[in-house]
This record gives sequence, C-alpha cells and structure tokens, in this order.
Amino acid sequence: MVRHPLSVTPFMVSPNHPESGPAAARAGNPQSLSDVVIRLAGNSQDGIQSIGGFLSRLAGRSDQEVMTYMTIPSTISGGPSIFQVRMGNGDILSAGDRADMLVAFYQHSYDAHVGSLRPGGVLIYDTDHVKPAADDHRFTQVPIPITSATVEAVGGTSKDKGKNMFVLGLLARIFDLDVEKLTALVKERFGGKNEDVVRNAMLAFDSGYAWPQNNLRDLFYRFEAVERTGPAGRPQVTMDGNMALTYGLLAGGVRHGAGYPITPWSSIMEQLRTELPKYGGLFVQCEDEIASISTALGFSYTGHLAVTGSAGPGLSLKMEALSWAVMAEMPLIVVNVQRGGPSTGMPTNVEQSDLMQAIYGSHGDTPRVVLAPKNVEDCFYVALEATRIAREYSTPVLILTDQGLSSRIEAFDEPDLGSLMVEPKPDLSDRGADYQPYPLGRITHHAPPGTRIGSGKYPIVTGLEHDELGHPTGSPKLHQQMTAKRREKIKQLARSLPAPEQTGDSSGEVLLVTWGSNWGPGREALTRIRRAGVRSGHLHLRHLHPLPTGLGEIFSRYHKIVVAELNDEGLYGFGQLAMMLRAALANPNIVSVTKTDGLTFKVSEIVAGVARHIESTALDATLGAAPQSVLSRS
Amino acid sequence: MSSSAPTLAAPAAPAGAPLTKKALTADHPTWCPGCGDFAVLAAFYRVLEKLNYPHEKIVTFAGIGCSSRFPYFVNTHGGHYIHGRALPFAAGISLGSDDLHVFVFGGDGDGFSIGGNHLVHTARKNVNLTYVIMDNSVYGLTKKQTSPTSPIGFKTKTDPTGAFDQPINPMRALLNSGATFVARSHATQVNHMIDMMLRAAKHDGFSVVEILSECVEFYEGAFDAANPRKGGAWKLVDEKKHDGTPEDAARHDPSDELGAMKLALEAWPGSFGVFYENNQRPTKNKLEAGLIARTREKTKGAADLDLLKASFARLR
Ligand SMILES: Cc1ncc(C[n+]2csc(CCOP(=O)(O)OP(=O)(O)O)c2C)c(N)n1
Ligand code: SF4
Ligand SMILES: [Mg+2]
Repeated sequence: MVRHPLSVTPFMVSPNHPESGPAAARAGNPQSLSDVVIRLAGNSQDGIQSIGGFLSRLAGRSDQEVMTYMTIPSTISGGPSIFQVRMGNGDILSAGDRADMLVAFYQHSYDAHVGSLRPGGVLIYDTDHVKPAADDHRFTQVPIPITSATVEAVGGTSKDKGKNMFVLGLLARIFDLDVEKLTALVKERFGGKNEDVVRNAMLAFDSGYAWPQNNLRDLFYRFEAVERTGPAGRPQVTMDGNMALTYGLLAGGVRHGAGYPITPWSSIMEQLRTELPKYGGLFVQCEDEIASISTALGFSYTGHLAVTGSAGPGLSLKMEALSWAVMAEMPLIVVNVQRGGPSTGMPTNVEQSDLMQAIYGSHGDTPRVVLAPKNVEDCFYVALEATRIAREYSTPVLILTDQGLSSRIEAFDEPDLGSLMVEPKPDLSDRGADYQPYPLGRITHHAPPGTRIGSGKYPIVTGLEHDELGHPTGSPKLHQQMTAKRREKIKQLARSLPAPEQTGDSSGEVLLVTWGSNWGPGREALTRIRRAGVRSGHLHLRHLHPLPTGLGEIFSRYHKIVVAELNDEGLYGFGQLAMMLRAALANPNIVSVTKTDGLTFKVSEIVAGVARHIESTALDATLGAAPQSVLSRS
Repeated sequence: MSSSAPTLAAPAAPAGAPLTKKALTADHPTWCPGCGDFAVLAAFYRVLEKLNYPHEKIVTFAGIGCSSRFPYFVNTHGGHYIHGRALPFAAGISLGSDDLHVFVFGGDGDGFSIGGNHLVHTARKNVNLTYVIMDNSVYGLTKKQTSPTSPIGFKTKTDPTGAFDQPINPMRALLNSGATFVARSHATQVNHMIDMMLRAAKHDGFSVVEILSECVEFYEGAFDAANPRKGGAWKLVDEKKHDGTPEDAARHDPSDELGAMKLALEAWPGSFGVFYENNQRPTKNKLEAGLIARTREKTKGAADLDLLKASFARLR
C-alpha cells in the first residue's frame, strides 16, 4: 500500500463548516476517496450504533448523494459491540471484507478487532483504555484520549457519556463530512430530550471535530463527487431491512397482522403494532406462533390480507397452519427472518438455512410462494410484491429475509409511494348464484364473511379435501384435480415472473448463483473473478419458489454453476438452493459454496469458493491480494 | 362417524327475510345416530332463528373432531380449521370485522387439550365471540382415547385399565382464564341449551357454553348422572332475580366470581346454567378500536398515502 504524502499544512476545515474558525485558515489537499470501511469497536452502551446511524442518515441526506453504506450490527447486546460502516459513492454491495479504519474504545475491542484491519489501515484508539502492541507497524496509529477528552469537553457530570459524539466529530473532520447537516441530525435525534442532552452531545461533537490536528496530520479525505444516478427528484431514505420490509407491507395494503416475539423478527412486529393503528388496522401479539398464524389467517379470511412472521423456530411452529392455508387457498404473508439454526442455534447470527423449510416445510403437497430480498431496499419491494402475489393467486407467500438484512442500515432512493400504494379494501360485493370457493380451472378468490351469496349457499373454507363448493370429499379424482389446481396456479405465477437479474458474461466458465443477502458480495465477487480473466456471470434469484422459467437454458451456457449460500453442504455436498436447483434442472454442473460461521459472506470467500471449483491459476493468484477500498488511494 | 352426504343448497332468501331452519340447513350431519351433537345443532338453528342476524354476517367456525364438523351442517359463512386452533383463527375473524357474529364449535380434546393455551388467552383477552364446547369426555373422531375431561377410571384405548390422570374441571378452568361469560348445559335439555347459547351470543365479550354431549359410540351413559330420564339429577343454577324477596339473597348472582367458583367446585355432576357473567371488562375488540381512535386522533385521520410519505420523510 502506498501512503499518501501529506500536505504541508496538515489540516483543512470542511468547506461545509458553518463558521470559519481559526482552523479554517489552514489549507491542504484532502485525498480523494470513493469508498471506505470503518469499524467501531466498543461496548454496546457506548452508543457506537448511533454513530453509524448518524453517518448513514447523513449519507441519505447528502446533496451529492455521495455516500451509501452498510453496517454489521453488534452480535452481542450489553457487552462488546461493533458497528461497521462502509461509505462511498456509487454502489456499495457488501459491508467490506476488511476495515480501512478501526476505532478501538477498549483493550478488548482492540484485541478482538485489530485482525480485521487491513495492513496500511488506520488505527484510532482510546489511550485511556488501550495499549496497542508496541512493535506493530502495520497500521497508522492515531492515539487519542477519547474518554478523558470527552469528560473534559462535556464537563464531567455525565462521566464518559458522549464518547460516541466525540468520535463522530472526529470522523466528520477526517472525512470532511457536511457538519451542518450532521449537526441538524444530532439536534433532531436528541431534540425531544432536554436541552442539556443536546448541548452535551454538541460539546462532545465539537471537541472531537476540533481535536488538535497534529495527532491527525496524515488523515484528511474527501469523497469524490459523483453524478446522482437514481431517479431524479426523489431523495434518499435510510433505514434497516426490517423497517423497509414493514413499510413495504404497509404500501402493499397490509393492515392486519399477528405475531409472537423472536429475534430478529420482533422489530417488524413492534413497528407494525405502532404503525397499523394509524392506518385503522391492528396487530395482535399472540400467545405463540401457532396462534399468530391462525389469527392472521382469520384476518385474511375476512378479506384483510394479513401478515405473520417469525424466525426459524417459530416458522416451524406455523407449519401445520401453513398447510391449511395452502389447502384452503387463503392469502397470507409469512415473514421469516432467518438466523443461525438448528433450534435456538445462533440467534443473533446470519444463516440461510431455512430455505427448505420455507419451500417444503409442512405435511402433504403444499405448493406456496417463497421470495427473498437481496438488500435493504429490496425488502420494501419484495414485501410489496408478496402482497400482490398473495392476493392474485390466493396463496400464502413467505418472505425469507435474514438477520444480516434485518438490522443492516442502507440508504436508497425513496420509493415512488404515490404510484405504488395499494388500497386495501376487502371485496364484500354480492356474489352470483354460481359462486364457488374452489372452482377447478380457475384461481380461487374467496368471498369473505359479510358477503351475500346469490345461491343462498354459504361457502366453507376448509382443510379437508373438498369439491368446488367446499364440501368435504373422499373422491380420488377430486383429490388429484384439486392437488393439480393448487400446483398449477403456482406454475402460472412462475410463467409470469421476470427473468432473474444477470450480470457479467452471458456464457463462459462459471455462473455464480446467489439468493437473499448474498447478492452484494456475489456481485463484487464476480467483478474480481472477471478481473482475473475468468469468463463468468452472476445470477441472483429473488423468486425461490416458484423459480423463474428459463434457468435451464441459462445454466447450459456455463461450464460450472456455483451456488453460494449461507448454509451447510449437508449429507450430499450441496447447499439447500443448490440441492433444489439440481433436482429441478438435473444439471450435474451445479456445485456449492457454503459456510456456516454465522457471518455474511466476505467477497474473498466467494472468490475462493469459486476457485475451488474451477481450474484457474489467474483466479488463484488474486486470492488474498484483492484490494478493496483503500484510504491511501489518491 | 358415518360417511358424508352433502345435500342440495337452499335457494337464496330475499334480503331481510327472517332466518329459517331451512335456510340454515346445510349438509346432512355425518354424526353417528344418537350422538348428542345432533341436539346441539338443532338447538343452534333455533338460536339463530331467534337472533335473526343478517344471514351473511354469521360465521361458524371449528377445529377438528366429530363436534368440530359442525360448520358443514350450518349454512352460513364458515370454516373448518386445524385441531385445537379454531379460537385464535376466530379471534382474527372477530377483530378483523367487528360486525360479524362469530360462533366457534369444538370438542373437549380440541378445546382443553391441544387448544388449551388458546382457550386461556382468548378468554383473558375477552375477544368478542361465542364458543360452544361439546364435551363428551372422550376422543370421538379418533375412536376412544382418553380426553382431558375423561374421569378417573374410564377405560379407553390409551388407558385400557382405566384413566388415572386428574381430569380438567372445565368451569374452573374457564373462570380462571378470565372468560367473561361461562355457562354449562346438557345436550338432553334442548330449551336450556337454547337459553344458554342465546345469552352467550348476546354477551359482549368471550362467552363459553360447555355442553355435556354424549358420544353414544365410545362413551355411552357418560352424563346420565345429570339426566333425569336416566335417574340422574338435573340441578339448575338458582339465579338471582333481584326481586327483593328474602329467598333472593341466597341465590347466585352471575357477576359474583367467587360464587361462580363455588359452583364450579361442586361434586359431579354439579349444576347447570350461567355460572358467571362479567359485563364490566371491555372486549379486546373495543380496546383495539380505542387504540385506533386515539392514534388516528393524533395523526388527524391522515390518509394512508400521507402517513407513509411522512414516515419516509422522517428517514431522509
Ligand atoms: C395436529 C393433530 N393431532 C391429532 C389429530 C387427530 N385428532 C383429530 S380429532 C382428535 C380428538 C378429538 O376429540 P375431541 O376434540 O374431544 O372431539 P370429538 O371427536 O370427541 O367431538 C384428534 C386427536 C389431528 N387431527 N391433528
Ligand atoms: S362423538 Fe361419538 S357418537 Fe358422536 S359422531 Fe363422534 S363417535 Fe359418533
Ligand atoms: Mg370429545
């Protein structure tokens, strides 16, 4: 790595700084930067999450739209906690394999995370708590007494509360962030509290921002200005995946729901409980997951498409009722925020091991729809699409998101709500004398209770095999016909699906296939693989069941189809999606890259996984040496 | 149970016409001849005739069991769900559309065993619906296994030498759970059943009627002790009349929870009638509506689109 030679005058104040104090007199050349990964390591009570929150909100508000970011949230609450922010202009596709800058609040933070800092990176540490290895010259070390400086700035009464604001000020200076906007965000955030809180926060912030520059002489960067690429006129919004999913449901006209708390699903139900009454709807906290799906189905039955959700263990509890929903053809949204399993497993880690459960879980032949969002923004659009499919095909739709997406914060273009919003009125119009709840050869559309039926014969929704009127039947012929009816409507949906997103070479050595939150790392991995000279493409699946049509033909254009997913290779050496694709397409070139360490894929892990499946010395050579964002790049 | 025999649909009655048994009759019941559930069904038709709700606003719903077949035999909107979970589904119906009249039917296994937890929580939340439990003290549909109300000593296929686990006392369980209307009846007492179901239906809140309904196939004579025609004692709850007479002081006031518990603890076969009725506790339906009203007052009843736009604006 090349260190950038520093300007003579070491520091330059942000041009956005509201006032021109003495520091403003200095001039220097900030290094231009397009992408940086900052890891903050401390304890959860230090409020480091809120630093990330402010940075991300700032990104969303920046006039130039220069920053997007991703974060890895804490894995432990109450104890050691990290927050990783990746900011840059252009597409940020993953949280970054290694950090360019580490801010270590404690010795344990330093010990645990110094290994994640790339050689040549910047280590900022609190000299009140951290003693770094004396002979470690791999990093630019920036010792700052974060604790005592904060105490001094704020005045001592609040102890070291405010260290996060101090560090935010520091980062604002180092990265030449828009201080005016940042200050406005801080005031907004603490505005509801008493004035002392805002004042203390700003004192700490200013103190960090004005930290004597000699300690920071080598560090001053500015994000390259980029052209705004998104649709004109709509600002960026910043939120986590669970929030985006919640808003997608609201936009899709979901006004009713029921659930039982479980990490990482709880925040969706908490939000729905607060939001839905505003819309005249309600969310019921039930006694368990079985009651939750049952109550949600009750809502759907009354014509109000409803949502229930959980994480893996709770989804298992819902399975019997889900089977009823398939049989009775009741629309329903089931959210499953995947976490590490089996059983209670690793509840605050990420995994994609519920795919088979989502698609095939439950008894009997139960075709249903399974969708998976690819990033935070997509959580919104997948939820919206799920509501459309559930209504149109009168079917349960599962949304498979994951722990990583649930709490990761991203900025994205505000959706065009005016054109997307769905009116959620149940259809209680009179049904004619020929009304049938389960017509063969047509998709079921239920008449909710409250609807008058012309024949005077009221319909029964049922889990028993039934005839077209809903009467129970033991007829072998009808069971075959009704099984086909339930299957064919899902196949009809398959034919209407858009082609999956595909990038890179349209034929070649390797097709990398991903689903869910692996989209970003997959895209980045493809760039590296192609840079190494391997003709390759990337295909991402959002519709996991039914699969879009035409995959067989696409796959046939590559020598190897490498499916990267966060689950175990199982007894037969294939991850869950790979297994399903092999079964569906009978293509022996489909192979797997899997892992179960509870963390999102690093780009390098996918590249290494692909390298294991193909013979490419070029690709092998790039492993480990692939550069990502670099602070010292000029 | 014998095999199914669907009958033809009755033609639509003109709107506003009184509900008749004919209009309410659907498939011919598939129960064994002599099953107590027939009488419950007949009584329920009478209840609906008397209530005369708009036909399309009535919902009958059930879980799984012989008794849970009920909705197929009543021509109203309805559903046949999974074993033990009819209550939370019905809660969704009731809370989803507050203008519906929701009736849930089921057996002792469905309600007190697999669905026991749901019974407790639907009761404590006081969801506005009526629940009729046809207790035959045995698993009928699955052909004679021990049920949670099977008495000690009763021989079943799962307890061939006689059941020995303590059975549930349904009245006591319901009172404990916080049900706001708790009544008990007997399938041989048609008028009493009608009376109990009518009062339950009119109660604003979670109302339960437990009906001892004999399974002639697997537990014949189970409730003879309360059947005068079989030499048993039919003892009615002596309900307070509020007539100021001295005798009235000793009568049971259904709002008296302790008195209700005393009735529940009587020796078998105990009393029949309304054990408890609480008209003070608000229903979940009302509480949720209140939350919506208060929330919408704060947001000044803003349109959906504006609400969502405002949420996004805060996240810029
Ligand atoms: C999940 C599940 N477990 C078990 C059964 C089998 N099963 C059906 S009905 C029933 C018990 C029925 O007893 P009860 O509720 O008392 O109704 P009854 O038939 O006596 O009216 C059982 C165990 C089932 N259908 N579903
Ligand atoms: S409860 Fe008993 S008598 Fe009644 S239908 Fe079932 S098996 Fe027959
Ligand atoms: Mg029974």
